[in-house]
Amino acid sequence: MRVIIIGCGRVGARTAAELDQRGDAVTVIDIEQRSFVRLPATFGGTTIRGSGADEDVLRGAGAEMTDLLMALTEGDNRNAMAAQLGKHIFGIPRVIAKINDPLRAEAYRSLGLETICRTVLLADALVMAAADGAEATEGRVLPPTAEPLRGAPPAGSMAARELD
Amino acid sequence: MYIVVVGGGTVGYYLTKELLAAGHEVVMIEKDPARARNIADELGSIVVPNDGCEGRYQEEAGMGRADLVAAVTGDDEDNLVACQVAKMRFNVPRAIARVNNPKHEALFRQLAIDDTVSPTRAILAVIEHDIPIHDLLHLAELEGGEVQIVEAQLDADSPVVGQEVHELELPEGSLIAVLIRDERAIAVRADTRLLNGDKLLVITSPEREVELRSLLIGE
Repeated sequence: MRVIIIGCGRVGARTAAELDQRGDAVTVIDIEQRSFVRLPATFGGTTIRGSGADEDVLRGAGAEMTDLLMALTEGDNRNAMAAQLGKHIFGIPRVIAKINDPLRAEAYRSLGLETICRTVLLADALVMAAADGAEATEGRVLPPTAEPLRGAPPAGSMAARELD
Repeated sequence: MYIVVVGGGTVGYYLTKELLAAGHEVVMIEKDPARARNIADELGSIVVPNDGCEGRYQEEAGMGRADLVAAVTGDDEDNLVACQVAKMRFNVPRAIARVNNPKHEALFRQLAIDDTVSPTRAILAVIEHDIPIHDLLHLAELEGGEVQIVEAQLDADSPVVGQEVHELELPEGSLIAVLIRDERAIAVRADTRLLNGDKLLVITSPEREVELRSLLIGE
C-alpha cells in the first residue's frame, strides 16, 4: 500500500515507522526538515519538506497514485484541509485526519472524512483504566513496571519531561 | 445584513470598519486577545475574542442568524474550516473566503464555499495587464473556470494578421466575442480582416487555451 503521512511529529513519525516496517511504501511530509530526525535510522520511506496542505507538494509526493493519506500535524485545520485536498482534488481512496477537537472531528466525519480524535481515544482509555485498571485497556494504558527502565532519565529531569 | 467577519488582521479590520460604515450589523471573531481588545476599543463591543473556527465561538457571535460569513485570516486552512463550520453547523447561506494560495480556489469552490477572494491573483492580474507579454490575458472565469474570457493582443508576428475571420480554424468551443481596434469595440463578422494591433476578446475553455494561443499569437 502507498501511504502519504503529513506531519512528522511523534505520532506521524511513529505511524510512518510502523507502516514502513510492515512493508508499506511510506512518504512523510513535514514543513520542518529537522522533524525527520524522529524517524528511526531503519526507515526506508521517502521524506519531503513542505506544506502538506499545498497542492503542488502533495502532487510531488505522488498523491495521484497513493492509496491512503493521513494528516497528522498538530493543527486541526491544516489536517482538515490537507485531507480534503487529498480526497477531492487527488481522489485518494482513503484519507484520515487527526482532529483533536471532538466537535470538529464529528463534523468532518459527516463530510466523509475518516477522523481520529486523540482527545476521545485518550479519555476513553483513562476512564477504562480508572474503572478496571491498566490491564483492561489492552495495552493502551501500560501497567507499572517494578524496575525503572535501564537508562531512563531520573524522574523530573529535563530529559524526562521532554519524553512526556 | 448581518455579517460575521472571521479574522481581525488588516483585511478583517478595514472590512469590518467599512461594513459598519455602510450600515451593516457586524460581529468579528479574532483569536489574538490583545488585537481583539484594540479593535473593540475602537469599534465597540463587536469582537468575540476567540477562535473563529470553533463552533461555540461562532455561536457566541450569533452565526445562527448570519446572512453572510467572511473568513479573511492570513491562513487558508483557517478560512476554509471557519466557512465550513458556519455552513455545516449554522446553515449560513453565504460564505466568502480569502484565499492566499490561488491554487486553493478550486478546492474551496468544490467544498461549497460560495466565493473566494485571492489577493495574490488580483495582484498578478494587475501585473499581467501592465506588462505586455505574448500570452493570453485572462479577463474572467465563468462556471467555476470552465468558461474563460481571454484577451489576445495581435502583433506583427501573429499568424492570423491579414486573415479574415472565416479563414480561422478556431479550437472547438471557442468564439471571438468582440474585436477592439483603436480603443473601440467592433462587431466581428465573417469577412472582418484582422490587423496588427487588434485585440480579440475570445470565449474559450481551459483545455483549448494552448491551441488558441498558438493560433492567434504564435509560438
